[in-house]
Amino acid sequence: MSTANDSFDPSTTLWRDGRPVYDRRDTVCVVGAGASGLAAVKNLREHGFGVDCYERETSVGGAWNWRHDRSPVYANTHLISSKPFTQFPDFPMPDTWPDYPHHSQLLSYLERYADHFDLNSHVWFGTEVVKVEPADDTSWDVTTRSAGGVGSERTHRYLAVVLANGHNWAPKQPAYEGLDEFRGQTIHASAYKDPKELRGRRVLVVGGGNTGCDIAVEAATSASQTWHSTRRGYWYLPKYLLGRPADQVNDQMQATRLPLGVRQWLAARTLRLTVGDQSRFGLPKPDHKVFETHPISNSQLIYHLGHGTITPVPDVKRFHRSGVELTDGRQVEPDLVVFATGYLPRFEFLAPEILGADEHGRPTLYLHAFPRTYPTLAVAGLLQPDSGLFPLVHWQTVLIARWLRLRDRDLERAAAFWSRASADVGKRWNRARVKDSTRHWFEVNHVDYLRALQGALDELSPATATARSTR
Amino acid sequence: MTSVRIMRTRDWAHPVPPARREVLTATPELPDDSKPPVLFVPGFGHGAWAYAEHWLEHAAGRGFAAHAVSPRGHGNSEPAPKAELRAYAHDVVQVAAGLPRQAVLVGHGAGALVVAHALARYPARAGVLAAPVFGGWATLGLALRHNLFGTLPAAFGGKLRLARRQLFSRALPEPAAREYLRRIGHASPRAQWELLRSRPPEEPVGAPPVLVVGTPDDRVVPRSALDKVARRYGGAPLLFPGMGHDLMLDARWPEPLDAILDWLEKGEH
Ligand SMILES: Cc1cc2nc3c(=O)[nH]c(=O)nc-3n(C[C@H](O)[C@H](O)[C@H](O)COP(=O)(O)OP(=O)(O)OC[C@H]3O[C@@H](n4cnc5c(N)ncnc54)[C@H](O)[C@@H]3O)c2cc1C
Ligand SMILES: NC(=O)c1ccc[n+]([C@@H]2O[C@H](COP(=O)([O-])OP(=O)(O)OC[C@H]3O[C@@H](n4cnc5c(N)ncnc54)[C@H](OP(=O)(O)O)[C@@H]3O)[C@@H](O)[C@H]2O)c1
Repeated sequence: MSTANDSFDPSTTLWRDGRPVYDRRDTVCVVGAGASGLAAVKNLREHGFGVDCYERETSVGGAWNWRHDRSPVYANTHLISSKPFTQFPDFPMPDTWPDYPHHSQLLSYLERYADHFDLNSHVWFGTEVVKVEPADDTSWDVTTRSAGGVGSERTHRYLAVVLANGHNWAPKQPAYEGLDEFRGQTIHASAYKDPKELRGRRVLVVGGGNTGCDIAVEAATSASQTWHSTRRGYWYLPKYLLGRPADQVNDQMQATRLPLGVRQWLAARTLRLTVGDQSRFGLPKPDHKVFETHPISNSQLIYHLGHGTITPVPDVKRFHRSGVELTDGRQVEPDLVVFATGYLPRFEFLAPEILGADEHGRPTLYLHAFPRTYPTLAVAGLLQPDSGLFPLVHWQTVLIARWLRLRDRDLERAAAFWSRASADVGKRWNRARVKDSTRHWFEVNHVDYLRALQGALDELSPATATARSTR
Repeated sequence: MTSVRIMRTRDWAHPVPPARREVLTATPELPDDSKPPVLFVPGFGHGAWAYAEHWLEHAAGRGFAAHAVSPRGHGNSEPAPKAELRAYAHDVVQVAAGLPRQAVLVGHGAGALVVAHALARYPARAGVLAAPVFGGWATLGLALRHNLFGTLPAAFGGKLRLARRQLFSRALPEPAAREYLRRIGHASPRAQWELLRSRPPEEPVGAPPVLVVGTPDDRVVPRSALDKVARRYGGAPLLFPGMGHDLMLDARWPEPLDAILDWLEKGEH
C-alpha cells in the first residue's frame, strides 16, 4: 500500500504555470477508490493500462466505509437492491449472505474485491485530487495534495482521467423561512449515524427518499414521537413480493418486454393487492405512475404507519422559534429535524464546462459517462439506477477501458464510433417519464441502460480482439 | 470475437440457491506469492477426491496453493439431483471468488465445460481445459460406440456409467481402477441433458489465456472435439498419448499436471 507519491520516477519533467508536471502519460488516473473507482482500476488494468488511483481517505470502500467520518451510511443501513443486482457481475458475493446484506458486509466485500484483484497497490491513499485540467494535447494534468492538508501540491500528466468521486457527499440542504430562529436541532441525514441520537426525542424527518424512509423507521422505535414529511406521495415498494426480493420479481416482468404502460399497470395492481390503498395510512396519493420516481424499497414504513409510530405529514412550509409549520397549516414541535433531502453531485476540481454542465451544474454526457468534447475524460458511477449500481458501473468502466484502447489502436474507428455516439449525448436511459425533481436527471432504468451499454460494447469489441492477440 | 453478454435476467431474477460445497486444499509449505491459487474442477460423476489422489499435493509441492471443489451433487457436497449446469458453474465461481487472490481454473471432462461457463462469470488468471467434454451429439456417438449400455440410459435421463477402458490406460493397476470406478457417481439428469444439447458457453470475461490438454487415446473425447475446443480458444491441444480420459488418476498423472504448471509458470499468469 502506498501513501505518498514520492516514489514516482518521472522520466521527463514538464512545466505548467511555473510548476513542474511529472509525466505519467502512459497511465490512466482514477479519482476515488469507492466501488466505482475500484471497478475502474480493475477493468483498466485488465485492458492493459497502467493506473494511478487517488483516494482522499485512508482505505477503500467510499460511501460504504462507515469508518470514515464522511460516510453517509448509518448503523442500520441494509441494501435496498438485492444481492444479484448489487454485486459486480464477475465477482459474486457469497451465496450464503442474506438477500439484503448489511452495509458492513458491503465494505468487507469491496475490501475483498480490492485484495483479490490486487488493486491496493495502484491506489495512493490519503491523497486528494484538487485540480484536473486539460493539457495541450488530449492528456490531463492532475494536481493532488495529501488529504491532511500537509505537504505541497504535485501535478502529474496522464493519458486519461476517470472520475469516480461519488455523488453522495455534498448534502442538499433546503432553505426555509424562519430556520435561523428555530430552537430545536437540525441536521442533514449525512450526519446521522445511530438511533441513539434519536432516543426519547421528538423527531421530524424531511424527505421521502430511501434515507428519509430508513431514518423515519429507526425513529419509530427509538424516538418518543416521529413525523415524516414528504412533499409528494410515493409508491412504497416492499422488500419482498410473493416471498421473493421485489427487484427480482420486477426483473422477471421486465424480461417479458411488455410495454412500459402495461408493466406500470401490473406493478400498480400488484402493489394495490399487497400493500393496499396507501391513503388508508394517511399518505397522499402518488402524483406519478410507478417507476417515475427513484424507487423506495422499504417494508417497515407502512408497518409503522399502521402502528401509529410514524405520523405522515405534508411538506414543511416554514420554521418558527418553537415549531414547524406544515403546508396544510398544521404545527408540529420537534426537537430534532433530520433533512433527508439527498445529495448533490460535485466536481469541484474541474471547470464545469468540461462536463458540459447546464445552468444547474448538471453534466451533459453520453451514457452518463463521456463528455462531448473531451475523449480522454470519463465519469464512472454518476448514475441513480432503479437497481444496484455495481453491475452498471462494472460494464461502464469496461466500456471506458475499451474506448481508450480503441483510441489507442485505431483513431479512425474511434472517430467513427464517436460520431454515432455523440448523437446520444445528454440522452436519458429511462423509458419511464421520471418526475422532474432535483434528483432525477441521472435516474436510469437498469435494463434500458445496460442494453445501451451492450450496444456500445458490441461496437467497440473488435478492438478487444486485437488487444488479446497482442498480449 | 463477439462481445460478452451483459443482460443476465435469469441470474438476476432466479439466482442459483446456495448449497454446501466440499473444497479440498493442499497448501505449499513455502507459500510463493508469485504463483496464483489453482482451483481444480472435476468432471461429471467425479468429486474433489479425484484431485486429492495426486494432483493437489503435487501442485502444492511446486508452490501453488491447490484447491478442488465438488460441485453440488458431487463428492461430499450437498446432494442436488435437480441441479442445472449453471449451478455447477456457480459453485466454481463462488469458490474462486472466495480465494484470497485471482485464481486459475482447471476443469476436467465435463468439468472443463463447467469451467468454460465459469470463465464467463469470473475473470480467472488463466483457464485450463483438460480432456474437455463440451458435449454435443458427437460425444454421445463416441460414448455409445465404446460403452453402449453404460451410456444409453443417460441419453434418456438415466445414469451414465463409464467403463474402465474409457477412463484409464492399461498401465493403471486393476485394484486402483476398480476403486476409482466404484467412487464415481453421476451428475444430475438435467445437467447431462444440457451437456448433450451443448449450448456453447459465453465468452470468457477478462480475456484469460486458455490452455487445452488431452490425450489422443481418449475414449470419451474424440480428437476432433479436442481440436475444436482448442481452436475456439485460439490454440492447439497439448497431447499426452497413451493415457486414458482421467488424466489426474491414470498411471502417468504427473505428466499433464507438470505441463500445466510449467505453462502457468512460464506465462506468469
Ligand atoms: C445510505 C446509502 C445507501 C445506499 N444503498 C445502496 C444500495 O442498496 N445499492 C446500491 O447499489 N447503491 C446504494 N447506494 C449508492 C452508493 O452510493 C453506491 O453503492 C456506491 O457506494 C457508489 O460508489 P462510488 O464509488 O461511485 O462513490 P463513493 O462510494 O462515494 O466513492 C467515491 C470515493 O471517491 C473519493 N473522493 C471523492 N472526491 C475525491 C477527491 N477529490 N480526491 C480523492 N478522492 C476523492 C471518496 O473519498 C470516496 O472514497 C447507497 C448510498 C447511500 C448513501
Ligand atoms: N438502504 C439503502 O440501501 C439506502 C438508504 C438510503 C439511500 N440510498 C440511496 O442513496 C441515494 C440517496 O438517497 P436519499 O434518500 O438520501 O436522497 P434522494 O433519493 O435524493 O431523496 C431525497 C428526498 O428528499 C426530497 N427533497 C429534496 N429536496 C427537498 C426540499 N427542498 N424539500 C422537501 N423535500 C425535498 C425529495 O423529494 P422529490 O421526490 O421531490 O425529489 C426526496 O423525497 C439514493 O440512490 C438511494 O437509493 C439507499
